[in-house]
Amino acid sequence: MIEVLIALLTALLILVGAGFALVAAVGLTRLPDVYTRMHAASKAGTVGSGLMLLAVALHAGDLSTLARALAGFFFFVLTAPISAHLLAMAAHKMGYPLHEKSVRDELNDYRN
Amino acid sequence: MTAAQMILSSALWLALVVLGLSFLLTVWRVIKGPTLPDRVVALDMLVGIVIGFIALIAIRTGFTLYIDIAISLGLVGFLATVAFARFILAQGRGDETAEKEASKVIPAPPLAPKRKRASSRKPGAGPAVSGKAKK
Repeated sequence: MIEVLIALLTALLILVGAGFALVAAVGLTRLPDVYTRMHAASKAGTVGSGLMLLAVALHAGDLSTLARALAGFFFFVLTAPISAHLLAMAAHKMGYPLHEKSVRDELNDYRN
Repeated sequence: MTAAQMILSSALWLALVVLGLSFLLTVWRVIKGPTLPDRVVALDMLVGIVIGFIALIAIRTGFTLYIDIAISLGLVGFLATVAFARFILAQGRGDETAEKEASKVIPAPPLAPKRKRASSRKPGAGPAVSGKAKK
């Protein structure tokens, strides 16, 4: 009984994680410019891979595996905004344009 | 096969198919991506999808050591993205517009005009130089 419950929870985590990855990929394909694509990839993609790591920990049912999976999730959540921010700053500084329907460019005020 | 194994196996197959689909979509963005930051963002996303694949393989085979591989792959992907951001800052954008025009004039491979800055110092042969001359 408890085995089936753990399998169901693991399957749910796997499927939700894969769904997040698919949403991120669709956003990467459909969104109009670099900055919006970055917004899709760095948030949904990170959550997708992190959920699948948690599914591994739940499936193993081991404390050390859980600790490692949590460390990995924490690491991804920590580094994804940093790399996305660096990329956005670099692209904006080099003058890659926003999509024409964008209404404001607040980073432009801090340009020096 | 017990009920738990059956649930897990079918969920794994479905998740592998979904991840493969998202992998293909992201690879399409890497190939198509009109600018250099688009490609870098897509490569970053590709690392995340591969981490998901590694997690699924860890569940399938039962080797939890794969988690360490996933963590180290995430570290490498982060460092690669930071390095690419520095590269975009160093390279500038002048080559990008030249690349678009060059690919309009002659169907050159998309990687060739990026070396234009290095090859413009010594006027060797190549599709980038001839595209510039035509412009």
